Amino acid sequence: MNSRHAAWGIGLAALIALPFVYRDPYHLHILVLILIWSFAYTAWSIMGRFGLVSLGHGGFMGVGAYITALLWNHLGVSPWIGIPVSMVAAGILALIVAYPCFRFRITGHYFVLVTLALSGIVLQVITATRDYTGGSLGYTPNRAPSGHGLMALQFDDKTTWYLIALAVWVLGLLIWRWVDRSMSRYAMEAISEDEDAAAAAGVNVTAEKLKITLISALMTALAGALYCQYQMFISPDTVSGIAVSLQMVFAVIVGGLYVSLGPTVGAVITILLAEVLRIGFGTKAVGWDNLVYGVLLVIFIIFLPKGILGSVLDRLKTQPKPSGSK
Amino acid sequence: MQAFLDIFDIYLLEAVVNGILLGGVLALLALGLNLIFGVIDVTWICYAELVMIGMYGMYYMVQVFGLPYWVAAPFAILLVAALGAALHYIVIAPLLTAPPINQLLATGGVLFILQSFATVAFGIDFRNLGIRLPVLAIGEMHFSYSRLLAFIAALLGMLAVYFFMTRTYTGTAIRAISQDRQIMSLMGVDTKRIYLITSALGGALAGLAACLLVLQYDVHPFVGLSFGPITFLICVLGGLGNFVGGFIAAFVFAEIISLGGLFSDLEWGYVLAFAFFIVMMFIRPAGLLARRS
Amino acid sequence: MLELRSLDAGYGSFQALFGINLDVKAGEAVGVIGPNGAGKTTLMRVISGLIRPGKGTITMEGRDVVATPSHRIVDLGIAHVPENRRLFPRLTVDDNLKMGAYMPGARAKYAERLEFVFDLFPRMKERRSQMAGTMSGGEQQMCAIGRALMSDPKLLLLDEPSAGLAPVVVQQVFELVKRIRSGGLTVLIVEQNVQQVLKVVDRAYLLEAGTIRASGTSEEMMKTDTIKQAYLGV
Repeated sequence: MNSRHAAWGIGLAALIALPFVYRDPYHLHILVLILIWSFAYTAWSIMGRFGLVSLGHGGFMGVGAYITALLWNHLGVSPWIGIPVSMVAAGILALIVAYPCFRFRITGHYFVLVTLALSGIVLQVITATRDYTGGSLGYTPNRAPSGHGLMALQFDDKTTWYLIALAVWVLGLLIWRWVDRSMSRYAMEAISEDEDAAAAAGVNVTAEKLKITLISALMTALAGALYCQYQMFISPDTVSGIAVSLQMVFAVIVGGLYVSLGPTVGAVITILLAEVLRIGFGTKAVGWDNLVYGVLLVIFIIFLPKGILGSVLDRLKTQPKPSGSK
Repeated sequence: MQAFLDIFDIYLLEAVVNGILLGGVLALLALGLNLIFGVIDVTWICYAELVMIGMYGMYYMVQVFGLPYWVAAPFAILLVAALGAALHYIVIAPLLTAPPINQLLATGGVLFILQSFATVAFGIDFRNLGIRLPVLAIGEMHFSYSRLLAFIAALLGMLAVYFFMTRTYTGTAIRAISQDRQIMSLMGVDTKRIYLITSALGGALAGLAACLLVLQYDVHPFVGLSFGPITFLICVLGGLGNFVGGFIAAFVFAEIISLGGLFSDLEWGYVLAFAFFIVMMFIRPAGLLARRS
Repeated sequence: MLELRSLDAGYGSFQALFGINLDVKAGEAVGVIGPNGAGKTTLMRVISGLIRPGKGTITMEGRDVVATPSHRIVDLGIAHVPENRRLFPRLTVDDNLKMGAYMPGARAKYAERLEFVFDLFPRMKERRSQMAGTMSGGEQQMCAIGRALMSDPKLLLLDEPSAGLAPVVVQQVFELVKRIRSGGLTVLIVEQNVQQVLKVVDRAYLLEAGTIRASGTSEEMMKTDTIKQAYLGV
């Protein structure tokens, strides 16, 4: 156990030291994106690993990004306040949709389709309110006057963003671990195995599921807001909707669902792949990158359903039997 | 009587009728999804994207190759039917024994593929058939012929499916298979073949919907996102695999969208429909027709 | 007509049948008796192709059953009335019978077969537009047998036709079996109700723990001490 702690410590120290040693802005940019998306994917996996397959996370991310940006642009509310507000909004949305689902045992295909519709609807709202959100053309937070960067959570410096993203990513892993360790995990495992048995054993199934969902939605909204602050541009397609939801699920499946670093591995693989395809095809061939990406994902699901990290760990036999059957 | 008519604002009535007309096409889409779910136990997340491909097919045949609409429509239906069969054969069949979520996600991957394929092949411009059907005026109300045509054709399509399902051996096998999958071989039924036929039939319904929708809406690679989510809500509310439930739910949702759109943009109609859906989940969590199925 | 030679079968790693040798000649009625879990249902399922054998051969009129795809076995003239009847509960009686005539060869003779089945079970004619799942157990058994007969089989496999039925109905079911075989159909029947089944069949096999322990004509079987003690209670 000690050596494992040491490994984590050394790894983390190396990650913190990295931007002070290595300063290539493009590579740092990719790293920041990987860290932010890893955080979002980790958020998704907190639900997903218990069999709660949500395709609504694109919706939560969109809420996080757009509410933060709208509050800043229209009301001048600092993201330091705007982000918590947007997270609360995403949390409320999650509870409104999840409560009837869990209360009335809407599971499996039904749950997937309901949450899928949720992200579709969030996309529709963003498009419908085009007078405020810019619709499908996208939206840019106003530049803060110089010297007010901290207040506006806007930094030009990649190193700062890298450290923020790194901190959030570590936070995500800690939350994953906390959920993994906490009592509710055993309850959730019982739930995903056999809801009736869990209920009979005195587990409040609905409450446990709601708790996990709430945590997951809050984290996803935070990821959306951070993405917005970092990129300084959001559009309905990049932070909301079905495509973003699917992107999250795919990354987690690719990386592995039942290991804490699985979503991160998934983010590294999918983002690097998307980046390689984007550069490889250039700007002339719009859509080719996504086409290849989609084909690879389908092939992947057919031939390697456990995910890369999951499969490797399975082979090494260091991983206890995956919990939660699906 | 006059007071009654006063309450029924003429625009309201127009919206109600338009809602019914929209319901026909939505019911068609819901039927296709329910059919596939009922028989194969998978949900095609990319169903609306099949419609999108069909719409492009119509666009190319009519606008580029100059075929008349009536000649192009059967080809478009066949095209999407073939696409549905291919989707089953290539993606679903290898995953039949995999966890259901993998099947679902694989069709999600196909959604990606179809969207980006359309972007690559057709570009992101909005396109339409350039056919403008006249508008039918009844008193002060106006209904476009394209919607009337869509409604009637959708009903005929569903009627054809009904006769196919009740009168033919294959249709009977399709209804039987969801009730007892294992013993189908005792009847001499090749389940693989039935799956493939069902997928083609589901595709054909999407193709028919494409022929009808292309008269009313412009086609672009992401057009599926406009009616995909609503179709899923309809199927969940009606009960997945429940044909009658899906039919009723389609009209309920169409009315909400149409009436919601009366007051502002169509998108708000969708939002209203989703809100209604959430409320319905509290009231009738097992779906509209839970008792009967 | 039907020949099984050193047949092994099972589910996954669990083996249920060991080296079964069994013959059914044309026009015969043959019974397979034995306790619960002896592998009787497995035997039926392996003949009709619901599960595929591990080793050994099955031939029907000289044709290889093992090499035939499961959905084609009914075309060889084998119809299987499965355990617990397994009707399509939310289809009408008519539609259930129609499913029995699904094979192209049977479709051509549909009207003729339907008349035959309705002659045999006039009750089915009355119930033809009723959902199969809403009928009584005895009626469901008739419908299940009728469905199997729709394919115009040469060999009828009956798996526990009396299970779960009231004693009076059990009597009727065995009467039916007698009538069916008097029409020249070959029958292989699996039953726990040994006393009744031995009155109907010409020969029987005793299946215990996946192997055939004894075989002989009904009279011989009824005189065998082990069967007397264990199954006939005398």
